[in-house]
Amino acid sequence: MSDSNGHGPQGGPLTGPLKPRRHPVRAVIGIVVIALIADLLWKVANNPGFQWDVVGQYFTSRTILLGLWATIWLTLLTIVLGFVLGTLLAVARLSQNPVLQAASFLYVWFFRSVPLLVLILFTFNIAYLLPEIRFGLPLLPPFWTADTNDLITPIGAAILALTLHESAYAAEIVRGGILSVDQGQFEAASALGINRRRQMTRIVIPQAMRAILPAFGNQLIGLLKGTSMVSVIAVGDLLYSAQAVYNRTFQVVPLLVVATLWYVAVTTVLAVVQYHVERHFARGALRNATPGVMTRMTGAWRAIFPASATKPAPIDAETDPET
Amino acid sequence: MLDATQTDSDPIVRIRGLRKSFGTHEVLKGLDLDIHRGEVVALIGPSGSGKSTFLRCINRLEVIQEGRVEVDGQLIGYQERQTRRGPELRELPQSHIDRQRADIGMVFQSFNLFPHMTVLENITEAPVSVRGQRRADAEATARQLLARVGLADRAGAYPKALSGGQQQRVAIARALAMKPKLMLFDEPTSALDPELVGEVLAVMADLARQGMTMIVVTHEWGFARELADRVVFFEGGHIVEQGPPSELFTAPKTERMREFLAKVL
Ligand SMILES: Nc1ncnc2c1ncn2[C@@H]1O[C@H](COP(=O)(O)OP(=O)(O)OP(=O)(O)O)[C@@H](O)[C@H]1O
Ligand SMILES: [Mg+2]
Repeated sequence: MSDSNGHGPQGGPLTGPLKPRRHPVRAVIGIVVIALIADLLWKVANNPGFQWDVVGQYFTSRTILLGLWATIWLTLLTIVLGFVLGTLLAVARLSQNPVLQAASFLYVWFFRSVPLLVLILFTFNIAYLLPEIRFGLPLLPPFWTADTNDLITPIGAAILALTLHESAYAAEIVRGGILSVDQGQFEAASALGINRRRQMTRIVIPQAMRAILPAFGNQLIGLLKGTSMVSVIAVGDLLYSAQAVYNRTFQVVPLLVVATLWYVAVTTVLAVVQYHVERHFARGALRNATPGVMTRMTGAWRAIFPASATKPAPIDAETDPET
Repeated sequence: MLDATQTDSDPIVRIRGLRKSFGTHEVLKGLDLDIHRGEVVALIGPSGSGKSTFLRCINRLEVIQEGRVEVDGQLIGYQERQTRRGPELRELPQSHIDRQRADIGMVFQSFNLFPHMTVLENITEAPVSVRGQRRADAEATARQLLARVGLADRAGAYPKALSGGQQQRVAIARALAMKPKLMLFDEPTSALDPELVGEVLAVMADLARQGMTMIVVTHEWGFARELADRVVFFEGGHIVEQGPPSELFTAPKTERMREFLAKVL
């Protein structure tokens, strides 16, 4: 028996192990949700419409793997081109030159306004607008001319459209990242005599990365799925390959499942990579390292079922970055 | 305005007719000031009187509207040229201005260390990238400087892991690594907890004793009184009064200075 001041029967202070509060409602909700998920999974696994044997048969087939490879390299190439171009656009927008500022603004405004699918169809049909592509200086005769149809193959049109689209978003992300860096950093670097270019590459961009990376990860994952739109111009990506198979065999649902599983798998890998890259760029920004993904998943388990916890759940709310 | 006893045939800082405005708001209204080598000058004055702006005009973090700023005989930010219409001052290319800034150290109220670099990297960044020093040499110098500010054991730490006083001492070491001719301090202790002020002032006192020319915007009256050779009182974009601290603090000549002292002391 203890009184309300936390004193034991003899009046001395109570001691003993400190226990976390129990959460009965949380446990009930957790059990209900787990039951619902289990039921859903059971129905999916046992629905004959999914034809899991067909899924298994095509999951690692040559056609599908070639399509998967096309999706991956198209994603990686255009994210890199998009962010390189986007960084240039962001620097132009933040430059002192009003012409560059306006040009960058108009570019971003335009390419963010056009749906990706429309842009893909446009670049695919660009030969109607520009039968020839000429390289040279304005007002002077060109020194190199090429037939547009030779240069802009379906895959070329896909790369062009995805890059134009991606760079407009990347420009805004990079600009936001640069603006998130404290003005004092530019001043301290300037006062040391560090030139503008090195201020950007050594001081500002590495710090801006912390703001850029989460958005970059989202863009990358969005782009991975966005590449499926190039199937409309017969580029052999993952979705197009699945379609090519089911157009032959009419097993539409299982092949869409194959494509879906691969998209999920690649997205998962990208998310894990993103998490580790973000931790790298967070160096110096946090006093303590953040706990790993698995720590947090088991932490969530313990939060629902504290009785099963052998140690108290880690209190990491303060150091945990927003995900 | 300039005191006859303060004139110097070869001042390290020479400022004439300096005017600076932000839009239509004129902050510095024609300042003249000479500072000689090894001198420690404390700038005091009410908030908004233009002390920070003045300091930032010296290393051209602010672009001035009129007048001239010379450091060690070099006109800062401009080049004198003869044209058909007479002499003019033409703005220097950015690379020249960067070189001029490299010779002027600056310490900020908010430290402004680079948070993604360790203490050692903070100090070696500019010597390597601006002066082209070899990394090993720059690191050796950086370690000496860290020892001098009492932080020899924190070379590998990130700024976030240091106290404010330690961060400001790193910031001083970072500025010193460029071997500046002149050090500018903008309220270097204002962001610090009272018990950390002393360690930063001790480093500055040490620097003053070694003959560094220093211009210090400060509210630390003790520092101004003991270490400054001269105190300059700013108000409303003018230098209202200046002189050795013993005279200025005990027998101010102007009513403005007297009022200011009555308010702050
Ligand atoms: N970037 C800027 N744009 C517009 N006005 C500015 C800018 N920087 C300073 N000012 C104005 O110039 C005046 C002088 O500012 P400054 O920071 O130099 O004062 P200070 O003497 O350092 O004051 P404090 O003691 O508060 O630091 C103030 O009225 C301020 O509002
Ligand atoms: Mg100020």
